[in-house]
Amino acid sequence: MKNINKILALGLLATFFLSSCGGDGGDKTTSEEVKVVETKEIDPMQDKGIGPITSVDISGKIDDALASEGSILFETKCTACHKMDKRKIGPAMTGVTKRRTPEWIMNMIMNPDEMVKENQLAKQLLMEYMSPMANQSLTESETRAILEFFRQNDI
Amino acid sequence: MKKNILIIGIIGISVLFVSWWGNSNKGALNSSTAEKVYVAPGEHDEYYAFLSGGFSGQLAVHGLPSGRLFKVIPVFSQDAEKAYGYNEETKPMLNTSYGFIPWGDAHHPDISQTNGELDGRWCFINENNTPRIARIDLTTFETAEIIELPNSAGNHSSPYVTDNTEYVVAGTRFAVPVPQRDMPINEYKGNFKGVLSFVGVDQDSGEMDLSFQIMMPGFDYDKAHPGRGKSHGWMFFSTYNVEESHTLLEVNASQRDKDFIAAVNWKKAEEYIKAGKFSTMKTKYAHNVYDEHTQMATTTMESEVRILDPSELPGLVYFLPMPKSPHGCDVDPSGEYIVGSGKLSANVTIHSFTKMIDAIENKKFDGEAYGIPIINFEDALAGVVKQPGLGPLHTEFDNKGNAYTTFFISSEVVKWKLGTWEVLDKKPTYYSPGHLMIPGGNSQKPFGKYMVVLNKITKDRYLPTGPEVCHSAQLYDISGDKMELLSDFPTIGEPHYAAAIPAEIIKNKSKKIYNLEDNHHPHVTKSEKDVKVVRNGNEVHIYMTSIRSHFAPDNIEGVKVGDKVYFHVTNLEQDYDVPHGIAMIGANTSELLIMPGQTETFIWEPKGEGVWPFYCTDFCSALHQEMQGYVRVSPRNSNIKLSWSLDDE
Repeated sequence: MKNINKILALGLLATFFLSSCGGDGGDKTTSEEVKVVETKEIDPMQDKGIGPITSVDISGKIDDALASEGSILFETKCTACHKMDKRKIGPAMTGVTKRRTPEWIMNMIMNPDEMVKENQLAKQLLMEYMSPMANQSLTESETRAILEFFRQNDI
Repeated sequence: MKKNILIIGIIGISVLFVSWWGNSNKGALNSSTAEKVYVAPGEHDEYYAFLSGGFSGQLAVHGLPSGRLFKVIPVFSQDAEKAYGYNEETKPMLNTSYGFIPWGDAHHPDISQTNGELDGRWCFINENNTPRIARIDLTTFETAEIIELPNSAGNHSSPYVTDNTEYVVAGTRFAVPVPQRDMPINEYKGNFKGVLSFVGVDQDSGEMDLSFQIMMPGFDYDKAHPGRGKSHGWMFFSTYNVEESHTLLEVNASQRDKDFIAAVNWKKAEEYIKAGKFSTMKTKYAHNVYDEHTQMATTTMESEVRILDPSELPGLVYFLPMPKSPHGCDVDPSGEYIVGSGKLSANVTIHSFTKMIDAIENKKFDGEAYGIPIINFEDALAGVVKQPGLGPLHTEFDNKGNAYTTFFISSEVVKWKLGTWEVLDKKPTYYSPGHLMIPGGNSQKPFGKYMVVLNKITKDRYLPTGPEVCHSAQLYDISGDKMELLSDFPTIGEPHYAAAIPAEIIKNKSKKIYNLEDNHHPHVTKSEKDVKVVRNGNEVHIYMTSIRSHFAPDNIEGVKVGDKVYFHVTNLEQDYDVPHGIAMIGANTSELLIMPGQTETFIWEPKGEGVWPFYCTDFCSALHQEMQGYVRVSPRNSNIKLSWSLDDE
């Protein structure tokens, strides 16, 4: 009986030791945590996000003038954290209009604080990138211009 | 059954006992007092209170009724926490005609007014040691301007705004030779002068301008109060040392039974200025303005001032006799009563503005001093509050016709009635109060709910912290017939005076960020693609940006020993409460604390070869610890080219 107790104690100790010294598992732990939170599957192309934007009309063809205005705004307000073709602080922006609704994109720009707290897709991004999306205090028309720039880029 | 009844009975008695015990332990009175100062977590205070930081040179922003400290606004002293007076942008704010002065002695905050009511545009505060007045912008809660007062020494009776913020004033506490010159001290009498400065305020920009000075006899000008309502257009200054003594003033300036309150008709002064009845004196004083547009302060050295001589200009100044070295000089909200507190007196003496005007019109004078008429004491006297305490200092007013006077020697506040002069209530203070403050209590519209008493001596009121202890403010509820002490709270420096305003008037105007588009700093970098490092001889200028959570660039090479390296850092964030800091190992300045949309600059002069780190000092995100970078420093004769990068790009 005594022996069994000893073995048990050793076993516990070993588990503790192994888990506390498992140094390089940082990335793994993060991705595991992400999985835990993924409770239900959502279709990103149905999710409009949370914020001031409830619908965006993108039926017309690309407005080049608006897109070039958006390009300038993107350069000054966004490039500290985002590149088009490569992950920087946040995700690469190329293809964003293929994986997110226009409403979600605009709400993420205009209302990031609430989005990363309440919207599941945004929450997952925060967990992946660990740096919160910065609120750059852009107006609705500025944000719409940036969306047009993304649309033009994704043709 | 009997058993059950017994048990129920015991439970009942226990419940009664517990509830009685609970109540008596709390104390009904204590709980209501605590509730009056309790501001629940996340809720806001009712009032902003601006407490002078005294010999710290700064201005503290507290909330009332909680007493919580929100911010220390750097004004007259360098502040390494916020880089005020250390960074290149704000260094000029501390320039004076004596050169750069890193410290000042702040005294009396006063909030701007319109029609005699607090309007919350600006808060002014005076500096006593190197005579200056500062203007704090109440949208940014930052010092926007500092003007120096030439010919003045010990700027104590200041700033005290008029009904429409036409002027802030500055009376000299110490008489001096004007202009300054080498002369024997014991020839003071008749030769030294006391100058009263009137500083105009531009109603749109708030910018101050030294409009004129009145060359008065060499008395000590101690406190001031603008006329209100019916007495608008007048300014009242208390004086002591009309004996014109130059030594052991403690004895020699207390010889005469009465000193004066100088009543200055500044509307008359404006007429004389318009009529050209002034002389122009060559002088030197600094005028420092912080431009929010360029985010830079600049100093202009001014060289002239207009002087009015009251002995030659009838109707400009009159003297009202006031017993026993008056200190406080306070005008009630109606503008009728001028309350003088002889600090060596047991009484409070009140003059009537109406009677004063009548005495002037009917020439009821009792001689003159240096050509200035002395009004007959009895002919201006409205009344006396008889022996309410010892050593009266300052008086503020509520909105119900009552006055509140501090008594330094007997350590109490006395509430008395204007007009009947009867004492209504007395409460002890802990200990030895100087000023007191009722929000709006020096204006036409006081908010008579709270009173803050600013004590000079603290002793045993808080946990001891060695020989030096904090200064102590005390909050009283004055809404009822009797004053009620609610709480003690500690303050910075020595809070000579304070000003408070209902939070609704200013809180929604408080800026959250600086718009990057409006940033016209000469060294701004508005996008990461524009970052650069430029060499100009041995000067190296780093145009850097910060955003959560990296600097761009974060690797810099090609700097050499002997270089003077300027870090011009722009915070690209446009979100509320996301400042970034930056500190460089071995830099002999301070950190920078840069608000969103702002650009600030510090200088680093590397003394040794090596690779030297810098980092963000203000915790900005989960990856704040990663917000760091390196500068490579090579020998003086090195050929390493200047280069910079972020993520090796």
